[in-house]
Amino acid sequence: MHLANYLGYLHKAELHLAEAFRKVGEGHAAEADVYHACNTLAQQCEAHAGKLGPFVERYGEGAPAEPDRLYHELFDETRSGGLGLLRDLQDLYLMANACDISWTMIGQAAQGVPDRELLEAVDSCEGQTATQIKWLKTRMKQAAPQALLVAS
Amino acid sequence: MTDRIAKPWGVRTPYGRDEEWPARVDQFLEDGVSEDDVDRWIQTASILHSNGDALDIAVKGDRIVGVRGRSMDRVNKGRLDPKDLFGWQANNSEDRLKRPFVRKDGELVEASWDEAFDLIVDRSKALLDEKGPLAFGFYTTGQLFLEEYYTLGVIGKAGLGTPHMDGNTRLCTATAAQALKETFGTDGQPGSYADIDHADAILHFGHNLAETQAVTWMRVLDRLAGPNPPKLVVVDPRPTPVAREATVHLPIKSGTNVALLNAFLHEILANGLYDKQYVEAHTVGFEELRQTVAECAPEWAAEICGVEARRIREAARILGESERLLSTALQGVYQSHQATAAACQINNIHLLRGMIGRPGCGVLQFNGQPTAQNTRETGANGDLPAFRNWDNKRHVQDLAELWNVDSMKIPHWAPPTHAMQIFRYAEQGSINFLWISCTNPAVSLPELHRIRSILEKEDLFVVVQDIFPTETAEYADVVLPAATWGEKTGTYTNTDRTVHLSEAAVEPPGEAKHDLDIFLEYAERMDFRDRDGRPLIKWVHPEEAFEAWKECSRGRPCDYTGITYEKLRGGSGIQWPCNEEHPEGTERLYADGDFNTRTEECETYGQDLLTGASNTQTEHRAMRPAGRAFLRAADYAPPHEEPDGEYPFRLNTGRTIYHFHTRTKTARVPQLQNAAPDAWVEIHPADAEALGVAEGAVVRVESPRGRMEAKARISGIRKGVVFAPFHYGYFDEPGAESPDGRPRAANELTITEWDPVSKQPLFKVAAAKITKIAEAGGVPAPAPTTTASAPATGGSVPETRGGEAADVLETVGGE
Repeated sequence: MHLANYLGYLHKAELHLAEAFRKVGEGHAAEADVYHACNTLAQQCEAHAGKLGPFVERYGEGAPAEPDRLYHELFDETRSGGLGLLRDLQDLYLMANACDISWTMIGQAAQGVPDRELLEAVDSCEGQTATQIKWLKTRMKQAAPQALLVAS
Repeated sequence: MTDRIAKPWGVRTPYGRDEEWPARVDQFLEDGVSEDDVDRWIQTASILHSNGDALDIAVKGDRIVGVRGRSMDRVNKGRLDPKDLFGWQANNSEDRLKRPFVRKDGELVEASWDEAFDLIVDRSKALLDEKGPLAFGFYTTGQLFLEEYYTLGVIGKAGLGTPHMDGNTRLCTATAAQALKETFGTDGQPGSYADIDHADAILHFGHNLAETQAVTWMRVLDRLAGPNPPKLVVVDPRPTPVAREATVHLPIKSGTNVALLNAFLHEILANGLYDKQYVEAHTVGFEELRQTVAECAPEWAAEICGVEARRIREAARILGESERLLSTALQGVYQSHQATAAACQINNIHLLRGMIGRPGCGVLQFNGQPTAQNTRETGANGDLPAFRNWDNKRHVQDLAELWNVDSMKIPHWAPPTHAMQIFRYAEQGSINFLWISCTNPAVSLPELHRIRSILEKEDLFVVVQDIFPTETAEYADVVLPAATWGEKTGTYTNTDRTVHLSEAAVEPPGEAKHDLDIFLEYAERMDFRDRDGRPLIKWVHPEEAFEAWKECSRGRPCDYTGITYEKLRGGSGIQWPCNEEHPEGTERLYADGDFNTRTEECETYGQDLLTGASNTQTEHRAMRPAGRAFLRAADYAPPHEEPDGEYPFRLNTGRTIYHFHTRTKTARVPQLQNAAPDAWVEIHPADAEALGVAEGAVVRVESPRGRMEAKARISGIRKGVVFAPFHYGYFDEPGAESPDGRPRAANELTITEWDPVSKQPLFKVAAAKITKIAEAGGVPAPAPTTTASAPATGGSVPETRGGEAADVLETVGGE
């Protein structure tokens, strides 16, 4: 059963996203709103991983066939400046979307099993992931004109 | 005669529920001037707070010599706030700016208007060529007039095309506006001051009404002194005059508002005290709210808020069992943690109880400044004018047609840039032109050392338009001397939507110009044109600007089309909407439970209360609001900066009745200045004892960002909290902010952080430590004894008195 692999994948992806949110928050701490929002969202991601934990065990976490390349490809160190902020938020956006679609797939599988508890976990988390994406988009839309047109 | 410094609220005129509030006309004339000496009385309204009290200015020769309340006005029925009674004297101050200044070789030197404008326009044109409109920022106020804001808004949005416009209203009422938008679809106060006449319970949440809107507090005091007085629930960490009258006072820890409010909502739901029919017919989001507060019992909140569960339960019962509930909120909500989320929960109490739009049933999300409502309405704060939605293409197109410009010119690709972000862009060097009108960010913004370092940047061209040489003007490249209230004509709107006309009584001093004329001259010299090559701004006089604004407001919730200057002359102020349908104005909004939430009409598609993430039009449509109000739910989250071992106190900043803003006017008024002559900090007796601090000892208060020094007032404030008034800067204490001076601005300490939804900075939540640096030397703190800063134990501290100089004639029953 591949559900175990996917649960393991999402578990890692959420923890990586949490770490990335924290790094971006620290790296752009002079943007007070980014700093606080990133820390708040990092906590959400950690809580998501915590909720997944029991299911990862329940379905037997086989090591994912592939390492989570997404994280390493997209994100390593934060950049600086207005454009750097935009690029970092864009990386977070892609990572959050990877989580988002994983929640969707796990939700589908949970209905198929059926596993009511897993479905409840998906329900309580996927909305937050969607809001994370929405926040990233809102913040990038706000920052883009200034960063792309007039930032030094 | 009443000493209105000693007795700020004057004599009582008690009245009972559903009775009319009696008139009481307050009058103060300069020493040696009698009524017979007054040449003429000129109609206006108060400019030193948001209450909108109507008054007449007494003129003798070419000078203002006094004021008198207007008994026929719905707002104050003749009464005046101490600041209005005495504050007009600042107009006559010798310190007024009378000529422009420009910076030459690092020094500000007097210049002609031509020189000043040449510099501004040359810099503007060069920057426009080089970087475009995004290099421009405008930071205005809540103290100019509607006509001026609207003109400034058109210049910024359709002339230059910059989204970087905001007012200091961001510090004062941004959360009020945002919470109204989130809940009801658009800005606009549902309630009316007259709800005080009918209410059987009043909730004052984080709102020291007695000191911020003194006349409306007189109305409450008069109800309390009459038959069938309302019960008062007061939430405030300080023993304010409001708290002292409370049936239940909850002095909660700063930053925990949402926990307390969720407990109120929990109790209302758990005890079945909500109006099921109203909720079903007129709201969206009940199930989510119910789930959110399901576990929020008073015992849970008591732990977080630091007050007893039984007191929370008692308060919730008053709110839940009242038949006519009025709620008011101010900076204890708006400048605190989870600001918009908390303000929305206050709206939720009223939606759950079906108490909106009926006499006695209202929400007043108060404003702090006299004309803040107009900053919001006209779009001088970055919003689109007349509560249009920046994300609604139809709304933007309406404006483009009204102004006859390409809709691409009007910046609407993202939410407007809020003040803190404007300063951040300036800090990063992408904004290089900042025009500051009628406000003093060098004292009023958080974390002042940072603000000073931004204002003094070489690559930032700063224009300051003001009436006095403020702390901010010190950093200007060009200083423009402006006329003030009493010297110019225009309109403004108070918290409860009452529009007043304020007419010029005297000429401005020296070469000072009307703010409207300054903006118009900039537009003309910049040669802003519409699509047909005609001048963009098509008005010259205030009344023409008002007429242009009326067209902009036509058909919108803040419809002014039924108001004229002539209609405002002589009688009472008028509440918008005022149009053909409502020719005499509208006392309460949403009487029919039909809200402005339709996707086509709303001012916002809504934001996530935790992060500020914006909904799209599609998402809004999917919620199918269809004229129903949103019950917006929010979980409590702890503040980001909590006290710890190093900084064990909670810092709270705020105001006193005797001063307004950064004291540019009130410090120049002897009665007001003498009542509160210098900064102080308030601490609890037990904390004082632990620190070895007696009344009047000098203490240093430090936060991770800075320090201030002031004498300590031992007061009845909550233990563990230190309060500092934010009014005091450095203009009348030169050099104080230098390393060997005495820093006394509370904003040296405050944190650079803002509410994710309203973007209002946090002035009421930070951690601090206190160190004693000198003994009292027998001199108590210079804090008033008549107000929230009263000493915990009287006796040793002389009472605040105004003496004969503050004697005011109060005529009960009218003229």
